[in-house]
Amino acid sequence: MINLAVEVAGIKVKNPVMTASGTFGFGREYSKFYNLSLLGAIMVKGTTLEPRLGNPPPRLAETPAGLLNCIGLQNPGVDAVIKEEIPWLSQYDVPIIVNISGHSLEEYGEIALRLDGVAGVAGLEINISCPNVKHGGLAFGTEPQMAADVIRTVKDKSKLPIIAKLSPNVTDITEIAKAVEAAGADAISLINTLLGMAIDIKTRRPVLSNIVGGLSGPAVKPVAVRMVWQVARAVKIPIIGMGGIVSAEDAIEFLLAGASAVAVGAGNFYDPLAPLKVIEGIKAWLEQEKIADIRELIGAVKIC
Amino acid sequence: MVRRGRDLLMVYSLKTRILENKKILPDFYEMVLSAPAIAAEAVPGQFLMVKTSPTLVPFLRRPISLSRINAEEGTITLVYQVVGSGTKLMTVMTPGSEIEVVGPLGKGFTWSVKDKVVAIVGGGCGIAPLVALTEELLKAGKEVYALLGAQSRDKLLSDKYFIELGAKVMIATDDGSFGRKGFVTQLLEEVINTTRLDQVYCCGPLPMTKAVVKLTKEALVPCQVSLEERMGCGVGACLGCVCKVRSEEGSLTYKKVCHDGPVFTSSEVIFDD
Repeated sequence: MINLAVEVAGIKVKNPVMTASGTFGFGREYSKFYNLSLLGAIMVKGTTLEPRLGNPPPRLAETPAGLLNCIGLQNPGVDAVIKEEIPWLSQYDVPIIVNISGHSLEEYGEIALRLDGVAGVAGLEINISCPNVKHGGLAFGTEPQMAADVIRTVKDKSKLPIIAKLSPNVTDITEIAKAVEAAGADAISLINTLLGMAIDIKTRRPVLSNIVGGLSGPAVKPVAVRMVWQVARAVKIPIIGMGGIVSAEDAIEFLLAGASAVAVGAGNFYDPLAPLKVIEGIKAWLEQEKIADIRELIGAVKIC
Repeated sequence: MVRRGRDLLMVYSLKTRILENKKILPDFYEMVLSAPAIAAEAVPGQFLMVKTSPTLVPFLRRPISLSRINAEEGTITLVYQVVGSGTKLMTVMTPGSEIEVVGPLGKGFTWSVKDKVVAIVGGGCGIAPLVALTEELLKAGKEVYALLGAQSRDKLLSDKYFIELGAKVMIATDDGSFGRKGFVTQLLEEVINTTRLDQVYCCGPLPMTKAVVKLTKEALVPCQVSLEERMGCGVGACLGCVCKVRSEEGSLTYKKVCHDGPVFTSSEVIFDD
């Protein structure tokens, strides 16, 4: 019997494969494809204090082995999420991690407070890294002191496990990681999208309405693996690795680099069944390699 | 109103066999798939997300509307225009091989038993999904005016199908190489002036759609429009393909073209100029 279960930030998951925030809505869309209870955990769409309309279209641009987006955190607001989405998603036997985002420290604190004690919520993922909103978002994730302040604020307002989702758009990822660890983060998610741009050469205009957007998909995977490896050596708290995972092999790479769990993001668009294929693929690979416990893989990269 | 495009309980993600894949016009291809499960459930106006390559490039699937739905034979026909790398890869796929699709997706066209005389207005690639719609409308006993437009004769899609099906076909080309010289909207204007239409269905380029919405609004004829937007997931999760709509309370909001559409009532959609 192979053990696929791991524990991240005190959240026990039956397997290490989660779905990344912003790529999975609140689960409803993909519930039409498979039983969501099969997943390790679900990180739901970025939730803000007030409902947000998001950016105007075009919001997507395809790039080689990836895509750029500038959705701009369109969501119904935390109260609607608590009332409509969490109770619905709670019918499944899967930990729900709510990704939250704010314009200010106060907003982060208020959202965390409202979600504290809501039945079905297993943890909070703190988005201090969204590149697509004008105020807040990325700004909080690129400066160690500000990142730490956000984490301290939500820790103060919530008893839930706190996962800091970091931006790769920084000079030294380990500085930010160490800062959020010191501020009390229980785990780290990385990476969020890389800031990118695409231009339509016929019209000579940017493809995205927001001019720049966040790059995700397999194109960013080497950057993500590198950052997971760097951060894993710099902090003691667990890491949820994400960035371009579409196959079991991709996921195993992240585990070897030091991630305790992984999340499938843009991979859901590539193949709606991708998370299940990753779970099955990991299991088959462990059997083939005669590895009884997935935890043996975490950080097992060999550096001579 | 018969709501045909319903919220699906299950969506299929499967491999289908290609039965035919042939060029029908310089930039247009017709692909017939054996997909009984999808054909049994699909309604006109819905679409599939098609995986165009076994590799990671292109990364996203392509949304392709259903041009014909044959539930009895278990087949669906996709008519696609070659516009980029994904659709170009589709052109070299051979009959007998497999292609991965997700669907049927989105909300399709609707019709009411009360409607007697209807018009479909199609331009360019937008004509494709109107074939399946016309088939259903004629089966339901409607009198159908099929108003078709293209830049020129060699870019006019599926006109023969509409004639075979028994629609009253009127054609306009920009260069006058076939049918009337001018825009398809001029044909609609004529029909509106001479016939009492109960419903108009529209699919085509944005300027055409805007003109059709304006004409039908002035004539007080209900109109449904099929919209196009860049899609990521095709199922409503990524929020990439939104369009601006007026909510029931009158405020502006975004709806997802893939999930809440692609077919919308013209009164709810807001076009920015």
